[in-house]
Amino acid sequence: MIAHSIFFYFFSIIAIFSSLMVITSRNTINSVFFLILDFISVGCLFIMVGAEFLGMIILIVYVGAVAVLFLFVVMMLNVAEQKQSWFIGKKSTHLPTGLIVSVLIFFELLVVVGGWKYKDNLMSSSTLDISSISNTHQLGLVMYTDYILYFQLAGVILLLSMIGAILLTFRERSGVKKQSYFKQISRSPESSIELKEVDSNKGVKIDD
Amino acid sequence: MVEIFQILGQEIYKILFLLIPILVSVAMIVWLDRRVWGLVQKRKGPNVVGPFGLFQTLADALKYIFKEIIIPASANKTVFIIAPIITMTLALIAWAVIPMSEKLVLADINVGILYLFAVSSLGVYGIIMGGWASNSKYPFLGAIRSAAQMVSYEVSIGIIIINVLLCVGSLNLNDIVIAQKDLWYIIPLFPMFVIFFISSLAETNRPPFDLPEAEAELVAGYQTEYSGMMYAMFWLGEYANILLMCAMGAILFLGGWLPIVDIYPINIVPAPIWMILKILFLFFLFALIKAIVPRYRYDQLMRLGWKIFLPFSLIYLVLTASFLFYFDKLPKGNF
Repeated sequence: MIAHSIFFYFFSIIAIFSSLMVITSRNTINSVFFLILDFISVGCLFIMVGAEFLGMIILIVYVGAVAVLFLFVVMMLNVAEQKQSWFIGKKSTHLPTGLIVSVLIFFELLVVVGGWKYKDNLMSSSTLDISSISNTHQLGLVMYTDYILYFQLAGVILLLSMIGAILLTFRERSGVKKQSYFKQISRSPESSIELKEVDSNKGVKIDD
Repeated sequence: MVEIFQILGQEIYKILFLLIPILVSVAMIVWLDRRVWGLVQKRKGPNVVGPFGLFQTLADALKYIFKEIIIPASANKTVFIIAPIITMTLALIAWAVIPMSEKLVLADINVGILYLFAVSSLGVYGIIMGGWASNSKYPFLGAIRSAAQMVSYEVSIGIIIINVLLCVGSLNLNDIVIAQKDLWYIIPLFPMFVIFFISSLAETNRPPFDLPEAEAELVAGYQTEYSGMMYAMFWLGEYANILLMCAMGAILFLGGWLPIVDIYPINIVPAPIWMILKILFLFFLFALIKAIVPRYRYDQLMRLGWKIFLPFSLIYLVLTASFLFYFDKLPKGNF
């Protein structure tokens, strides 16, 4: 039990410290690294409360894929230029939006935590049997029975946003030479080689 | 309090017994790789240091240890030093869940395969941090290439793992091995095995997908600025990762520590030997591929990952699921 609480405090201190460092560190790359550290320690906390599936999924999805893309974007951007227009410049238009979003998220947190504490059967499920089965099986049983609609909706929303992002960045360029494997493979000597008799001093016209 | 220290001592003892054989076998596997590479090209390969040249890697490591570590003046020092440490650590901690026999496993956790997948997907950080912290053009380009490559091929590896999990009904690695008692998954899922093998070549930056360190274009990719022991850690971490992918392939498709056939003279061979033989077989394929296949172009690599492997493994996933459902073979599970 002692070991358990030692590990709990260890990981939660790392989580809090790194989330503070995310917003305070000057170098943007460093703050992404701290974000990754934060994700990892939150994943460890999930594993400690017995939700090993969620912990691993956080590691795979957030750390293994999302944070890599964050890192990509931050490395590619011109960070010094960005910094000025965000905080130091006069037109800090991002601040109100950020405040509104964070207040919304805070209230959401309050509702969820409060509702969970004062009303026991807020999120009741008919199929969930916590006692005997493993974590992953529980999740599967609930997600594909009671919450199938929300699960599918979330999937559709993700798909839509993916298609939207692709559409936004997609430009059809003309005049670009592309390699077509089918064309290459289906070429034969008959269709591509021609033997020509060349008269001396006259040359030959080849249509390209 | 004393009990905690006793348990801690026992665990450390076990961990050492796992780590030291792995480090030694990584050294041996480097020798094997170079040897196979040499023999394919009608050379001898390293054959001078020790019997058959077996101690070549140890000699190399000794040389790396005594070399000077150079940190570029404009590098981000902390990240530069952390990067090889991360690569090496991640390559080693994954071995905690690999079962060498039914009992011989350090951590027999419920979500073993997810843990393996998570650790192998974290491997990209060592490379990307090393490349960025060097503050130099070639390492940065190499790191970007490698990150894009590893993220792309992880997707298809994930779907292949789901394919296997559908047949097993458990995320535990020992359960996956035991489920293959009658039929190794390489037979019903052979196309998935091929895709898994090729994806793991890309995941570990091995030829023909070694674009992050393509000598002709990028000097040495993300490790250009590294020297001495730090370079050696990248290098050993890479080989430990290759060995890990071989172990993963052996567990998912070749029946892990199960013997080839369960009849008398063959099944008295202990389980760890079978596991090691299967890992070695897969590694031999890795080494052969390195010698016989030319390097891919980068757009071909991306095309292969996203346009061929991903749709194909998705379709195969649907096929597997429908087959299992139609013939009522879906695992009922022990919950």
